[in-house]
Amino acid sequence: MRALWIAILCALLASCAGTSEQSPAGVEDRKPGAEARGAEGGGPGSVDLTGKRGASVLTDPASPLSKRSIFYDFDKYDVKPEYRPLVEAHATYLRENPGTKMLIQGNTDERGSREYNIALGQRRSDGVKRMLLLLGAREDQVESVSLGEEKPRAQGSSEDAWTQNRRSDILYQGEY
Amino acid sequence: MAQLELRAVMQSTQPVTPVSARWPTRALRAVCALCSLLLALAAMPAAAQLTIEITGSGEKRLPIAIVPLAGEGVLPASISSVVRDDLERSGLFRGVETPTMRPHPTEASNVDYAEWRARLADALVLGSVAARPDGKFEVRFRLFDVVKQAAIGGVAYTLTREQVRATAHRIADYVYEKLTGEKGVFSTKIAYVVKRGTVYELQIADADGANGFFVLRSNEPILSPVWAPDGSQLAYVSFEQKKPIVYVHSLRDGRRRVAANFKGSNSAPAWSPDGNTLAVSLSREGGSQLFLVNPDGSNVRRLTRSSAIDTEPRFSADGQFLYFTSDRGGSPQIYRMPIAGGAAQRVTFEGSYNVSPRISPDGKQLAFIHRNDGRFQAALLDLATRQMQILTDSARDESPSFAPNGRMILLATVIGGRGVLSAVSADGRVKQRLSVAAGDVREPAWGPFIQ
Repeated sequence: MRALWIAILCALLASCAGTSEQSPAGVEDRKPGAEARGAEGGGPGSVDLTGKRGASVLTDPASPLSKRSIFYDFDKYDVKPEYRPLVEAHATYLRENPGTKMLIQGNTDERGSREYNIALGQRRSDGVKRMLLLLGAREDQVESVSLGEEKPRAQGSSEDAWTQNRRSDILYQGEY
Repeated sequence: MAQLELRAVMQSTQPVTPVSARWPTRALRAVCALCSLLLALAAMPAAAQLTIEITGSGEKRLPIAIVPLAGEGVLPASISSVVRDDLERSGLFRGVETPTMRPHPTEASNVDYAEWRARLADALVLGSVAARPDGKFEVRFRLFDVVKQAAIGGVAYTLTREQVRATAHRIADYVYEKLTGEKGVFSTKIAYVVKRGTVYELQIADADGANGFFVLRSNEPILSPVWAPDGSQLAYVSFEQKKPIVYVHSLRDGRRRVAANFKGSNSAPAWSPDGNTLAVSLSREGGSQLFLVNPDGSNVRRLTRSSAIDTEPRFSADGQFLYFTSDRGGSPQIYRMPIAGGAAQRVTFEGSYNVSPRISPDGKQLAFIHRNDGRFQAALLDLATRQMQILTDSARDESPSFAPNGRMILLATVIGGRGVLSAVSADGRVKQRLSVAAGDVREPAWGPFIQ
């Protein structure tokens, strides 16, 4: 296990300098609202988590997969060691359920430019995604996005609120 | 000689001229900080109404008498009041009280210059309103130079009841341009985002905050609205699909198009001066990097290739360069690079956090947000002299936006835990605050001149 983590860290460091994610060609959805309503219909490759089987393992408080948030220090975006088991559990789930898709939302506290905070949040979610891919998840299973400072979990301008808002959240298809 | 007198005052006080050769600058600022003037705009029924409060103003303002137009009582709003409010809000004019006169003078009257001189007015506006048989109105006015004892000029307009405020703004623009030599911005629009509870509205209002209406209402955040150069469209970022996506919204028919919806985050749109290209920040290839894209979403091409954050692009006035925010040097700073590609040059050096670059319409100055001892403040950099000036004394300024004549900068700030808009003159002298009852206002964008 320790050797695996060392390998991951090395790979992460190496990948920091360059970016290698595949990009989809062209603009995706041109119909506003279509994706948001997609949860009602479903299509090829979609997973319904509202049923018994999927829901329990992802939401059961006893399951490590119910842990969905990774918190960061001020101005930092590295995944702290205490969150590594969490990321590993989700990577394993993605590996074992290749049809499953995940959205990672990066968030920041409220200080500074809204647009710059979008970029900072992206760096956080990108970091989680990279770790998941190194642990065996596939590129097309994981999308990392940023909500910047726009969707704070805690309101207010206190240190405590800021700590809760510097965060990446993991959502599975059907939850967003 | 009102025109020349105003300019003479300007010229006598210009140790540093960040904007124009005939504007008063820092020498007056200490005095001006003491001046304070409340200006409540006519209350409108719409909840979207912005209230504007001038919290600081110029020390030397041109005294102008704007006499109520003869017969303007038939109109739903007082043209003379709107003109006076506009001119006073610019910080360059002071309305002189006008007495009741019999007979009421009009633009065709013989002006008693001696009387207006005695009332200390340097300029005078007289006019009249006439109802036409077809239900429309005819408004005429004339602007007089009291010192020179001469008419400067005048205009006649035909208008409907709905065009009263718009006509008043055009008169204010005329007066402003004749007396200062610069185009006025009273007929322009502003866009901004209001958050009420969990509802977000992208709104457009007149530059004086009146006639606000929503363009987009959403349960998810909306940010970074930017006007197309011709004022016909807004580009913005909407979270309606649970992630940032860039849309282009036609203000003529409400039609919305996706300009950038790639895997990852899509944000920070900026229009090229010709309106044919958007610069955006995309994470589709990892990190946040700058791309160019056509407003319809086609022809995506990558512009920056760094392992850093590159975002908040803005085109230079000539369209040849992009200013943007990057942390490639270890802290967020503003850089500039050619659109055609090539090395980026660092533009800001003072401090460890300089973001949100906005170039002035004449291309000579850069407004941005500067972190100063934990406070985020609007600042202005003269690109020729490299001189930086902090424009506000607030702590949480965001999203500066130049008026199309470069004279004022609109920005978002937080006062008492609530988001408000504020406007500051480009020399820091005049400050105004715009607020909406029961709502957080943010993300202002000042629209272009109306053709």
